[in-house]
Amino acid sequence: MDELYALKAWKLRELLERREVSAVEVLESVLGRVARVEGEVRSYITLTEEEARSAAVSADAARAKGEEAGAAAGIPMAVKDVLCTRGVRTTCGSRMLEDYVPVYDATVVQRLRLQGLTMVGKANMDEFAMGSSTENSAFFPTRNPWDLGKVPGGSSGGSAAAVAAGEAVWALGSDTGGSIRQPASFCGLVGLKPTYGLVSRYGLVAFASSLDQVGPITRDVRDCATLLSLLAGHDPLDSTSLPGEAPDYLSALEGGVRGLRVGVPRELMQEGLTPGVREAVEGSLRLLEELGAEVSEASLPNLDYALSAYYILAPAEASSNLARFDGVRYGLRVEGAEDMLEMYGRTRACGFGAEVKRRIMLGTYALSAGYYEAYYGQAQKVRTLIVADFEKAFSRFDVLVSPTSPTPAFGLGEKVEDPLSMYLSDVCTIPVNLAGIPAISVPCGLEGGLPVGLQIMGRVLEEAVLLRTARALEEALDFRASPDPVRGEGK
Amino acid sequence: MSPYEAVIGLEIHAELKTRSKMFCACDASFGGEPNSRTCPVCLGLPGVLPVLNRRAVELATRLALALHCEIAPYSIFHRKNYFYPDMPKNFQISQYDLPLGVGGYLDLELDGEGFRVGITRVHLEEDTGKTVHVSESGRIHASEYSLEDFNRAGVPLLEIVTEPDIRTPGQARAFMQELKSIMEHLEVSDCRMEEGSLRCDANVSLRPVGSTQLGVKTEVKNMNSFRALQRALAYEIERQEGVLESGGEVSQETRHWDADANVTTPLRSKEYAYDYRYFPEPDLVPLELDRAFVASVEAALPELPAQRRRRLRELYGLPAHDAVVLTSSKAMGDFYEAAVAAGADPKAVSNWMMGELSAYLNARGVEIGEVPVSPSQLAGMIRLVERGTISGKIAKSVFEEMLRSGRDAEDIVAERGLTQISDEGELEAMVEKVVEENPAVVEDFRKGKEKAVSFLVGQVMRKSGGRANPQVVNELLMRRLRGED
Repeated sequence: MDELYALKAWKLRELLERREVSAVEVLESVLGRVARVEGEVRSYITLTEEEARSAAVSADAARAKGEEAGAAAGIPMAVKDVLCTRGVRTTCGSRMLEDYVPVYDATVVQRLRLQGLTMVGKANMDEFAMGSSTENSAFFPTRNPWDLGKVPGGSSGGSAAAVAAGEAVWALGSDTGGSIRQPASFCGLVGLKPTYGLVSRYGLVAFASSLDQVGPITRDVRDCATLLSLLAGHDPLDSTSLPGEAPDYLSALEGGVRGLRVGVPRELMQEGLTPGVREAVEGSLRLLEELGAEVSEASLPNLDYALSAYYILAPAEASSNLARFDGVRYGLRVEGAEDMLEMYGRTRACGFGAEVKRRIMLGTYALSAGYYEAYYGQAQKVRTLIVADFEKAFSRFDVLVSPTSPTPAFGLGEKVEDPLSMYLSDVCTIPVNLAGIPAISVPCGLEGGLPVGLQIMGRVLEEAVLLRTARALEEALDFRASPDPVRGEGK
Repeated sequence: MSPYEAVIGLEIHAELKTRSKMFCACDASFGGEPNSRTCPVCLGLPGVLPVLNRRAVELATRLALALHCEIAPYSIFHRKNYFYPDMPKNFQISQYDLPLGVGGYLDLELDGEGFRVGITRVHLEEDTGKTVHVSESGRIHASEYSLEDFNRAGVPLLEIVTEPDIRTPGQARAFMQELKSIMEHLEVSDCRMEEGSLRCDANVSLRPVGSTQLGVKTEVKNMNSFRALQRALAYEIERQEGVLESGGEVSQETRHWDADANVTTPLRSKEYAYDYRYFPEPDLVPLELDRAFVASVEAALPELPAQRRRRLRELYGLPAHDAVVLTSSKAMGDFYEAAVAAGADPKAVSNWMMGELSAYLNARGVEIGEVPVSPSQLAGMIRLVERGTISGKIAKSVFEEMLRSGRDAEDIVAERGLTQISDEGELEAMVEKVVEENPAVVEDFRKGKEKAVSFLVGQVMRKSGGRANPQVVNELLMRRLRGED
């Protein structure tokens, strides 16, 4: 049998329920793994071993008494450091919040606590979730466990790397333009961006409010369904949260894809795809056909403008969301200023990194008097057109399929000097956030020893269809998400 | 007569009387230890989200309806972005191009002349915190440091913007007074100007009489009372007139009313030249008010000051002026009606409230709610006069004592022995004495100088310490003086 840290959550839960292993044993296996590989992978900004140990002890105690221990009890988890955790510092990967300790739990964290959350630590990320490689973390970059010379993707790179490297069994990420799906794809994992409003954003430090969603990063589709069921559901503290309780996604997992109408947006299969990515995606499509799905080309012409619209709208919202980091009430304050304005300026100059500043400036400009209509107004119109494109496509197709990212994981430092090429890494994932629809990334092959992800997009609130489709593919592909460093014990 | 006409529009902010704040569950009432009425949401901590207060929407709808506004079936919130330490998020959630209410009006009267002020818009927004500059002057310049109190941050505010329909400072004051009274009657706001729960800014410009073009305007801020509003506007009109008369041009700027120096002074442009970068608040969903909701708010609207004035006039035959004064605040009207309900003559109650009581309020600068005399106590005092127990003159001194001590009129009258003397036997002795002491006056009377009798009545009144019933004394004197003929 594999080491405990390498098992899927559902498998561990079976073992725990049957009391063949204890939560403490599982945790110690993961913590042992952290001790061996963390020095190279660097998934975590903050480790919370003591908190995790006491959660594991409680889980064991509950199970020993024959009580229901909760679906997350004893399953070591990495939580992206953009989610507020009461009493545990939450940095958002920024100097601005290096020592910031929240006084409250994000709703998703609260929900998981009720299910026995066993949190190993707070995972590294691009500063304020702005980036696609985790190199924009103010503290250190995270490396891809499949190849330590490559990035894990971003912005939830720490979450994905932790799960891929065996430093956690599953993880929480957040996705504004692909930040769950792209790192999941780069690390050979399953990542799901839920329908906007399905999962509460309360306690998720906002990047772009109309695009942000919290979601799971897991080792297989089954774990993804389980974790999504734990996260989803109405939250009265989030006005954009949809009404109603979430269905049990696990029960809808099997059933296959016979008769499923699959569309492949031409606009997402254009230039920029590496041969290996194209091959893996096309192979998956053939496989889906073999499994009984009807695959044909789709066209969503306005997707060509998605990236441009996104890089107006997301920075515009960010420029406002990040205004609160001013040194007045919490977080970093640079002393020695002559007056208030200078204090603001010095604090923000020192507290924010280059990419965050770039986006704040972009967004401020786009909202400025005289430019609003030309930029923000125009981008909103594009967004409306993209929503309409998807609606039209979904009248013909049940799901749409594309690569998650045009390339597999790229090299550390390869794109840091060229923001535009970095932005292009999210060209396939961004339209999904603009439309508010759900999408999942599932491993579909390898290119040069690095995982390739397939993105499956669905109608609003049809996560169950995405999970069922992804499950069918996963079964047919028999993809093994075990990066070399896991086998090689970090060299 | 001035060759210019003033054009004035007002922008009013009123704190709504909700129990909790606009976007969180914190206590929204005034006061409290600094920062004791705060939570992650109203402190703008990372990750928090706003949830709109239903009651605030209801109260805003109530006022908008009372001002004859059209209620938007679909309105949204915007973010108004600017940096200031009293704003936890460094943006204010406000309504912008799609406000809750538009296109209303208010009909008013001043000195017997009717005028109408158009209401451009009524919208909802959140209040900011309060900055205290720690320095000798209390002003930001040269202050050592500043402290922030976020108890007020997130308290729901109504913004009411008028059309530039106001022509004189008096009209502006009349408008504000009526608006305040309306908000009190609707129970949407406490309207305490001194606590800042009601605030008013004014846009002022001048134009030649007869012109329809608008002149360059200034915005006047920091008017913290009705009196300040009237004086600030009068000053600003005079100032602009001076500028225009001397061939100058009014410059568009924001000016600060300095109540101590009685002048408006320009704010440095840096302090107000913001680009607010408004954009739709993505953390809130659109506010969609269905017809049933609006209808239910409308059906539940209480009586408004104008309706109350009409009722008071019809029911009690009060003169128009009395009705205006008695509805100048809800508390005033409530006091009046309670006193009448306690059994006093409606006109007498009005006279006392318009006279002695108003004089007391003005002299002390207090609200009627702070008066130690209750409506039923006032009614009790008036009944003593009606029954002849005390004279009107004595009543005034009794009322003064009531205002001092808050005691009942009966007790004061009994304790001081102020009961009116109507007993003829007792009064005859005094009359006899006065006649004896004033032979010259008696002689005058006998020579046909009838008026001399009032002097003698006055003398008897003096002897009785004001307690003699003057009518009885008059009769006795006439009988005594004529009887000798």
